[in-house]
Amino acid sequence: MAARETPDKTLGESLRDIGLSRRGFLKFCAATASMMALPPSMAPAIAAALEQARRPSVIWLSFQECTGCTESLTRSHSPSVEELIFDFISLDYHHTLQAAAGEAAEAARLQAMEANRGEYLVIVDGSIPGPDANPGFSTVAGHSNYDILMETVEHAAAVIAVGTCAAFGGLPQAKPNPTGAMSVMDLVKDKPVINVSGCPPIPMVITGVLAHYLTFGRLPELDAYHRPMAFYGQSIHDRCYRRPFYDKGLFADSFDDEGAKLGWCLYRLGCKGPTTFNACATMRWNAGTSWPIESGHPCLGCSEPSFWDGGGFYEPVSVPIGTSTTTLLEAAAVGAVAGAGIATVARKGKKDAVKTRQPVTIEELEQKL
Amino acid sequence: MSGSDQIPVSIESSASCSGKPRDYGNARAVLGQIRHALERLIASGEETRIDLNAMPFGPGDLEHLTNCLGTGEVQASVEALGPTRIQETAIPGVWLVDYLNAENQRLTLHIEIANVPQILCPQPQDLALAIDRLDARLDGTPAPNTPPLSS
Repeated sequence: MAARETPDKTLGESLRDIGLSRRGFLKFCAATASMMALPPSMAPAIAAALEQARRPSVIWLSFQECTGCTESLTRSHSPSVEELIFDFISLDYHHTLQAAAGEAAEAARLQAMEANRGEYLVIVDGSIPGPDANPGFSTVAGHSNYDILMETVEHAAAVIAVGTCAAFGGLPQAKPNPTGAMSVMDLVKDKPVINVSGCPPIPMVITGVLAHYLTFGRLPELDAYHRPMAFYGQSIHDRCYRRPFYDKGLFADSFDDEGAKLGWCLYRLGCKGPTTFNACATMRWNAGTSWPIESGHPCLGCSEPSFWDGGGFYEPVSVPIGTSTTTLLEAAAVGAVAGAGIATVARKGKKDAVKTRQPVTIEELEQKL
Repeated sequence: MSGSDQIPVSIESSASCSGKPRDYGNARAVLGQIRHALERLIASGEETRIDLNAMPFGPGDLEHLTNCLGTGEVQASVEALGPTRIQETAIPGVWLVDYLNAENQRLTLHIEIANVPQILCPQPQDLALAIDRLDARLDGTPAPNTPPLSS
């Protein structure tokens, strides 16, 4: 996968080159509107924008993660991952998907950064051991995740944190957070950061955010947690097809009782739908086949901050919804301020070091957290 | 023997196995939206498209909606970027448009309230080139990728 400049051809020209008819393009736009959670009436505006769109260069960085987010992306069916790579973006660096390895891979990243300075997108999956943590917890080509992240985002147009680990710290940050894991927005303060949370995120949401950037040349409207409103604007509970049972007070009390068989509300079995914001209820999983609640399992709340430490998965949400949301927002605000302070102090000390980035040393590996 | 035969198994019939689609009541709201859209189509010719992929349907809701709308006389298929299947419902002016990719996976499913679904109409940019294309054929030099009707 050779690094290259953003192609000169627009998307409209590229699609016509492969023989796509105008009806095919209309269909492409209808599917794209659906993918971006926009109404079908937006299709003409999307068509006009896509006609002129140019594929952005994308650098995908993987840190403390399980590759579940990439696994999810490769199961995107509209567009497929191949269509995504060939039509929507120029994927210039991705550990798992790229053919290059070793020094050639790192050279591709640096080339893409240089050729598309100020215009490329950085996608991050996985959390990052903070600047004060032992850098040896996670390295790429011998360099700490923190150094690689800060070097790569310096001239990026925007950063997209894919998955709850990159967005909020996720599983690596769960108590007692042995690696000092931090999220992207804890560390990157001078670039737009979009959080596409979920463990993993819905594949169509990942591609939808990229399609939005490609179509409109700007980032989508975000919520208080930097998540795109189009996908995270409503709670699972409010979009759940089982919501009428909640309103009627009809609940499943165990996984095999009559209520469970009749498809009643799973609130008492620990469903975190009331405090979770995501698009599962409408976009579903596995090419639109189903989603956890349709399969009879409560929502775990995987797209929310600290969901691993939020109490038992099978314990009912025990606090009023309003209080919970407010508390979470306040907690996030405190966390963001603390994170900003840490990152600012860290940047001062690290700024010169990044310029002459050095591999992690034995002494650093031996230091205690 | 794995010992699994020691586990008692009982087979129960339940609502989900009765063969009748379950209805969570979410189709009714869409049917109301279709009714309003039909009123607008009749009064002013305004067309409406509803993305059913964006609806929080439960199992059986979509079947309830399509059963209620029924099947009309017209079926059509467009081959562009995979098949698109168009089905007229029993309600004149209400169409189901199913966008599929080349692997027959659904991209999105629309209800279209219009005289003719948009994807069946010639696209304006194509129409602008129609006379040139016909003239080329009259001159005996058919353009590439435009096979004669008999092929």
